[in-house]
Amino acid sequence: MTIWDTFRVAIRALQKNKMRAALTVLGVVIGIAAVTTMVSIGQSASALVQNQFMALGTNVIVVFPESQQRGGVRQSLTVTLTAADSREIASQCDAVLASTPLVGAQGQLIYGNTNWNANELSGVGADYLLVRNWAMAAGDFFTDDDIKASAKVCVIGHTVVTKLFQTGNPIDQVIRVKNVPFRVVGVLEKKGVDMVGNDRDNIVLMPYTTVRKRLQGSNFDNVNAILVSAVAPTRMAEATQQIDQLLLERHRIDPGKNKDFRVQDTTEIAQTFGIVTGVLTLMLSAIAGISLLVGGVGIMNIMLVSVTERTKEIGIRMAIGASGRDILRQFLVEAIVLSLIGGVIGVALGTSASVGATLLINYLNPGQDWPIVISIPAAMVALFFAGGVGVFFGYYPARRASRMDPIEALRYE
Amino acid sequence: MALIELRDVQRVYDLGEIEVYALRSVTLNIERGEFVALIGPSGSGKSTLMNTLGCLDRPTSGSYLLDGEEIVTMSRDERAKIRNRQLGFVFQNFNLLNRTSAVENVELPLLYRRGLSSRQRRKTAVEMLQKVGLGDRLYHHSSQLSGGQQQRVAIARALATNPSILMGDEPTGNLDSRTSREVIALFRELNEQQGLTVILVTHDPTVAKNANRMIVLRDGSVVADTPDFQVAMRELHQETV
Repeated sequence: MTIWDTFRVAIRALQKNKMRAALTVLGVVIGIAAVTTMVSIGQSASALVQNQFMALGTNVIVVFPESQQRGGVRQSLTVTLTAADSREIASQCDAVLASTPLVGAQGQLIYGNTNWNANELSGVGADYLLVRNWAMAAGDFFTDDDIKASAKVCVIGHTVVTKLFQTGNPIDQVIRVKNVPFRVVGVLEKKGVDMVGNDRDNIVLMPYTTVRKRLQGSNFDNVNAILVSAVAPTRMAEATQQIDQLLLERHRIDPGKNKDFRVQDTTEIAQTFGIVTGVLTLMLSAIAGISLLVGGVGIMNIMLVSVTERTKEIGIRMAIGASGRDILRQFLVEAIVLSLIGGVIGVALGTSASVGATLLINYLNPGQDWPIVISIPAAMVALFFAGGVGVFFGYYPARRASRMDPIEALRYE
Repeated sequence: MALIELRDVQRVYDLGEIEVYALRSVTLNIERGEFVALIGPSGSGKSTLMNTLGCLDRPTSGSYLLDGEEIVTMSRDERAKIRNRQLGFVFQNFNLLNRTSAVENVELPLLYRRGLSSRQRRKTAVEMLQKVGLGDRLYHHSSQLSGGQQQRVAIARALATNPSILMGDEPTGNLDSRTSREVIALFRELNEQQGLTVILVTHDPTVAKNANRMIVLRDGSVVADTPDFQVAMRELHQETV
């Protein structure tokens, strides 16, 4: 008996009991569909995270001040980084593309009789756009001259425009923060929400000098953080190393002593997020896998019933010359055909479900743009797995059929 | 060399506490072209002998040479192969696959033989059905056929592999007397015109009468082996008294 003949016999046998075959297949369909959907959405989530980091600028390095130890006393709130550090990083380190100080501020924005709270109110340097890989939608970013003069100018994000100015043109309008008037010189290009759902367009940027002097009333040069971008993602490690070296020298810290700064690059964060989404995907897939297992047990159950029910047929086939192997193959192929049909339908259903889910997520969160991921290898694996389920759960019933005694089987009514 | 040579064949069923002797030392030869009837009351061992001859069962001891090949020492799969090549079975209750057309039923034994294309199988099956007079019922399912027609399909299936022996286990047991005669006439025709060896198990004297040789069994032993119908009937009658 050739494989093709066996296959045809299996199809014929299944056709004789269509309803039962369909219900058996349903178990596998649900299992495979669940796994496919989970894997697909999981991959979509990690692709989203990766896209977000790309948008953030994957090659951004953040330098934070670290608490300093002096005479055994840990001084937690000491700010040790200065704008001069930022300038030196930009000029001395050759793996660094640009650098900007970052000074945090707080305050309500007031324009006319409207007010609004921005997520981020920061004082930054003139190279900020270069570091963050961002562009202007209208107007211009403030210049080095503005920074030197501590000019009362600001650049605002897209959300701030809609909240404060509705449809009006914000350029050259004046908004007030803590009673200090700032002239709007530019509008940032829309960037959307980040992966935790924060609106990145709800932002106001000012010269860091202005924030220090006019909002905080301080004459010191210290900053909350320094954002640095490497010339290329591949040179991140090199840039990190150079910054570390430079700051150790500038801050006169002996090797082995506690540093008063911390250099963190975002690829680390990206990797951590990647691991988190990976584990999450794996966990969801494992849960979905349980339904596949249940589907497999369903196949085994039905095949056992089928073998008992067709004892007579097995006896007839054996009497006219079917060997144990022929019978084993017949029932095994039947189980495999069942689970493969389930696999194909399941993959199709799972793929459309994940596409649907992705579209729904994007529809409900207009800011977010989950990518639609259709993975051919994942589909192949799912089909292979479905076949495996057929072999695994079909073997025992098939073996039982093949071991029957032809005389007893013929006598069975 | 005889087609079938049974030497000292025993079949013992071990039921734990007791051993049941279904066959006690049967020795007999059957030549090519014979028409043999195995007769005897129920429990005489004729079905066991039939299953042994049909390679469905393996004797507990003794030797069974079929066309020179020793069956007793063969594995299950080897015996399956012998059944496919050498033997054709016809059963009392026809044993056709239901929800399957006549022609597919006849093709069935050919499926288990290597190297036949589906076209060759179909051609042989159609020829066989024509031979048994069912050329116009090729695609009828067994439920759409009368008992006699179903048994003809079964005979066509038994003949499809061109076996040397045709075995019938009470082949007329479920048929009325008229179709019974027709089926037996078909057996006779196959035996006489094609030299096919026919072995029937029956308890019906009118069927047994058609055979050239009657083997009477009682309590697992051959008590008569004769071409004379009267002698056989006397033996059969004796044992029932």
